[in-house]
Amino acid sequence: MALISCQNLTMRYENQIAVDHVTFEIQPGDYLCIVGENGSGKSTLLKGLLGLLPPASGTITYGDGLKRTMIGYLPQQTVVQKDFPASVWEVVLSGCLNRRGLRPFYSPAERQRAWKNVERMDIAGLVKSCYRDLSGGQQQRVLLARALCATEKLLLLDEPVTGLDPVATSELYGTIRKLNQEGVTIVMVSHDINCSVHNAGKILHMGTGMQFFGTAEDYCHSPLGQRFLGGEHHG
Amino acid sequence: MVEALVGLFSYSFLVRAVIVGVLVSLCAALLGVSLVLKRYSMIGDGLSHVGFGALSVALALNLAPLAVSVPVVVLAAFLLLRLSESSKIKGDAAIALIASSSLAVGVVVTSLTTGMNADVNGYLFGSILAMSDEDVALSVALSVVVLILFCFFYNKIFAITFDEAFARATGTNVGVYNMLIALLTALTIVVGMRVMGAMLISSLIIFPALTAMRICRSFRGVVILAAVVSVFCFFWGMVVSFAFSTPAGASIVLVNLGTFLVFALVGFCLKRREA
Repeated sequence: MALISCQNLTMRYENQIAVDHVTFEIQPGDYLCIVGENGSGKSTLLKGLLGLLPPASGTITYGDGLKRTMIGYLPQQTVVQKDFPASVWEVVLSGCLNRRGLRPFYSPAERQRAWKNVERMDIAGLVKSCYRDLSGGQQQRVLLARALCATEKLLLLDEPVTGLDPVATSELYGTIRKLNQEGVTIVMVSHDINCSVHNAGKILHMGTGMQFFGTAEDYCHSPLGQRFLGGEHHG
Repeated sequence: MVEALVGLFSYSFLVRAVIVGVLVSLCAALLGVSLVLKRYSMIGDGLSHVGFGALSVALALNLAPLAVSVPVVVLAAFLLLRLSESSKIKGDAAIALIASSSLAVGVVVTSLTTGMNADVNGYLFGSILAMSDEDVALSVALSVVVLILFCFFYNKIFAITFDEAFARATGTNVGVYNMLIALLTALTIVVGMRVMGAMLISSLIIFPALTAMRICRSFRGVVILAAVVSVFCFFWGMVVSFAFSTPAGASIVLVNLGTFLVFALVGFCLKRREA
């Protein structure tokens, strides 16, 4: 059964149609990259999957026991976070928020869960450090650990490598691939079509409507894929 | 120094002012951390101006000042929050607009009725004589509510301050908590205005958070240090005010400024030593 299935999904962003009649399914274990140019509806689609923006028409259904609040999300960094005085531990622990309902404080089980993910992301040495003092790559690992606290199944990443240097970028792609091999379903919005094709199993190419949906290999051989891959030479 | 302290506590109106002031500084510091980090510092300033307008109108109509200003300022808080979020007029400009308009309403209403007298001066720059026993009871009750709600929702407040998008995506009702913060801020400002004055109350919100951020490296650290700094500065501001017969509100702001500069220097040195 599909983890998420979108049927005839149409979404508006500021009174313009940003996502037009899109239909696709995300299967458990998938590694899907959503690519496309600026303004092609990638981010709006992601907001829809997260339930931050309601569909104008069509449906998004969650299956396989997935609840909307059980999606791990790695948002783009905001200005607020750049000089935010918070320890790494506080940030990771806040990922357990969706498990608590109205209970005011974290339980030992939640702390254990946070610690497990800290170790999984290899940032155990940093837990006491201040978030704003970390490098871009380290910050993304912290946010990944937080997202993993919220989910077992599905990670949604919004342009995760923006602003990272090449070494940190390839490390982050490595980490994401490892998570996918461990059984976490990955959905990533990305600018970088070359890297996406290299890493992802499936590609969804947006251009308001759905331009392509299928495996990365098929995408490389499709006319659309060849046009976009051929046009850019920084892979 | 000891004499000054004993003197300070021998006047019952001063004791009242200190009790209310300590509680208000505590609330303001806690909320201030979130407001400053979310870039909402100006909301505090805007609300205090609205508070002044409401107080003047209440005074002119012979109504109880707190009973009128609490609902008006709470309403203004929700409005300002909305304006900052949806942005046809940019948030900061909208706040400036509302702030100066309320101030103007206050000034015009006052000059048409009582004239610019000592009462109005007290509202603008604070007066420790302003607190009646009723005011004290109400202020203490409001402050306790603010403190309890803040502690209860501490983790949620951290999550939405750090990353609203993530909190929303994982099912936290961010809108409700933003309103809660706005509501608590409005209450704190109305209560604190009597002692600090409408022009100076926003410093209680902004200074302690900024001071604590100079040296603290965790959110909890910032919250705790801001609370300590705020109460410390309020208390010594009162002592200074009593010893040199300076206005209380302004003295407290100056002590806050001094503390901020010291912490900024310490923070700078710590950073230099690390680098």
